[in-house]
Amino acid sequence: MIELSEFLVLGAILFSLGMAGIFLNRKNAIVLLMSIELILLAVNFNFIAFSTFMGDVAGQVFVFFILTVAAAESAIGLAILVTLFRSRDSIDVADLDTMRG
Amino acid sequence: MIEKLLFYVFAAILIFAATMVITARNPVHAALFLVLAFFNSAVLWVIAGAEFLGIVLVLVYVGAVMVLFLFVVMMLDINLAKLREGFIRHLYIGLPIAAVIVVQMILVVSSGAMAPAEMPEATMPIPDPAETGNTTVIGGVLYTVYVYPFELAAVILLVAIIASIMLTLRRREGVKHQDIGEQVNVRKEDRLRMARSFGGSGDGRNDNKYPGR
Repeated sequence: MIELSEFLVLGAILFSLGMAGIFLNRKNAIVLLMSIELILLAVNFNFIAFSTFMGDVAGQVFVFFILTVAAAESAIGLAILVTLFRSRDSIDVADLDTMRG
Repeated sequence: MIEKLLFYVFAAILIFAATMVITARNPVHAALFLVLAFFNSAVLWVIAGAEFLGIVLVLVYVGAVMVLFLFVVMMLDINLAKLREGFIRHLYIGLPIAAVIVVQMILVVSSGAMAPAEMPEATMPIPDPAETGNTTVIGGVLYTVYVYPFELAAVILLVAIIASIMLTLRRREGVKHQDIGEQVNVRKEDRLRMARSFGGSGDGRNDNKYPGR
């Protein structure tokens, strides 16, 4: 039988990879969005692991809602990316500094 | 035993794919490795007993979200060399921080503080999987206990549709397109002009001056 801690360690590794991706790909907003997807996947791993080992279905329902919100988030994020590319001709996050004080 | 072996194989592929997502030179390769990561996650979720969510992950993520990602990556004409600037510089900051987080989380998680013996009582217990399927169980609570959040999720999706359409919609100058309202509201006077024919009106003024026409 797989231990709960094994699932949680896998989730922790995925989360850290996603966070490292945000640090590494500062010039590329598309890979930035993919890193956010990895982080959300790690969170979902924790929810499903706890749902299984507690025998509680609420965690799985919560994962369902996280999937919905994440899909909406990536759709809007990509739309913003397309408009950004149209106006700036780049997807560098550092170019988004018009509101800098 | 076979379950544990499968878990480790798929977890290893998942970690490899996730590493390739954040280090791939080409964003298209990154998107394809993310597809691999989602597939392996779906398998791991099925192993953990969440079959419905595993299938949903493949359908929604691999089938819709990742296709959207690939679509955008291929539609934008990005300068690949410029994207890699500062990668090594950020590597020295990002990697240690990620390593510290991994070590901390592993220490906490495997310290035994989250042992199943100390877990609170389940508020919505999962019945025996041999009798009731996973999809039935989720559907049972989703349409009763969680019906308000479920409808809220639908509203969120609607907002996402409207937002992304409005963000990417643009009227380009110099492009011929159809204006339905203008087409419907057109009147006879706008399009039709009465002209005298050359047939002659009887008084000889407009007799056919241009024969052969």
